[in-house]
Amino acid sequence: MRVSIVGAGMTSVAEHWSRSLRELAAEAGKAALADAGLSTADALYVGNAYGATFNHQTQLGSLIADEMQLKGIEAFSCEAGEASGGVALRCGYLAVASGMVRTALVIGVEKATDIVGPARVSARSVSLDADMEGINGATPTAMAGMVMRRYMDEYGVDLGSFEGFSINAHRNGAVNPLAMYRNRMREGAFVKAPMIADPVSLFDGAPDGDGAAAIVLTRSDVAEDLAPQPVRILSSAVKTDRFMLQDREDPLWLEAVADSASTALANADIAREEVDLLEIHDAFTILTALSLEAMGYSERGRGWSWAQSGGAKIARDAELPLSTFGGHKSRGNPAGASGIYQAVEAVLQLRGGAGANQAPGAKTALIQNMAGLGSTVVTHILRG
Amino acid sequence: MKSGIDTKISPHGTIYSFTRLQEAPEAYSAQAPYTLAIVELDDGGRVTAQLTDLDGPVQIGDPVEMVTRKLRTDGARGMIVYGYKFRPPLKQ
Repeated sequence: MRVSIVGAGMTSVAEHWSRSLRELAAEAGKAALADAGLSTADALYVGNAYGATFNHQTQLGSLIADEMQLKGIEAFSCEAGEASGGVALRCGYLAVASGMVRTALVIGVEKATDIVGPARVSARSVSLDADMEGINGATPTAMAGMVMRRYMDEYGVDLGSFEGFSINAHRNGAVNPLAMYRNRMREGAFVKAPMIADPVSLFDGAPDGDGAAAIVLTRSDVAEDLAPQPVRILSSAVKTDRFMLQDREDPLWLEAVADSASTALANADIAREEVDLLEIHDAFTILTALSLEAMGYSERGRGWSWAQSGGAKIARDAELPLSTFGGHKSRGNPAGASGIYQAVEAVLQLRGGAGANQAPGAKTALIQNMAGLGSTVVTHILRG
Repeated sequence: MKSGIDTKISPHGTIYSFTRLQEAPEAYSAQAPYTLAIVELDDGGRVTAQLTDLDGPVQIGDPVEMVTRKLRTDGARGMIVYGYKFRPPLKQ
């Protein structure tokens, strides 16, 4: 059974101090159902990374179904760290493709900002290996810092070479009314920013944000009757790598990014050149560079070259539109919801309904969600 | 069944990469900022660990040796967790 997206909705990404996890999820879920012209769905799959540690809350499927008054439906959450949104989409895709579920609502939600400082750092670090990394005081940002330093050392690349990725993200986020940080980034500011885990700085790592995004999936053969512009899911692929960075033969090669993208392209039966826009896991600029290399968009050690000239080649109207609504850096990073934000943003692009964020003429989008520096990677290819 | 944890590893190695953490998890925030590294062991394999007893800046490729240290204390009534850290080799 082929699968299409017939509804999409999302909240702003912000510090939503006056709103709870369930309220954010319900707002996005209702918006997606309304967009599809539906009042209910047969199943609800929730992508969330840190409900247990940020919010002391599990069993989000039933919680959110209840909040939305979808009494009795199949509902549960899918967890794979920051790739939770991506695997929830995968779960919805499998359910509809199998013929077991006719209409699936997939919601990604994260409520990060109710805890602050070291408590939030602890709550986020549970996605690392607790026995070997976490116990030694490692954090996800520190792991990214170590990969970035090694990359700069091995390939002789300076810090400023990554700047264009952040400039591009903020250029796009500045015109997205739902983005968390809508400021533009000046050239030269990146290399002067305060360090969090050097060489990863405040202007490099994505900010934690609260938010929810949702999509509605159904069989492609009935999608045309529901929505004027259904978006087809051409393929879906989840791959994993060695869990810890230290155990990978080459920590500068994101094997699961390469596997997941090549499998998705092969299953969609398209060439990489047919992809019109990319939403990838740009939570740190080094991940953008390494992902572009692993997907074959540049040779090893040259992924940063896409950031040259303020990211001119990755702008919305350029060769390879990237992070078109601001990406993790400017739209904000609602961890386990980020994969569904990517899906909603891609749907708007492929419908031609992205407003000021529109990438002209985009027909095919590749979205990729990642956890733990590539230990879980989810790729979907969408076509309008 | 033989587990990886039972394997004997060299206490000597070199720094594969490192970072200085400004934002640490709760149980480690009293020690922040501290230096975390991935160490390439002389017999092969890598481990993630803190660097300790540093007199100055370190670089990728610097030699280090393993020492036993307290990693964290889980509050006044909690566990005291010991483990390994790495330091620059003591001068002979």
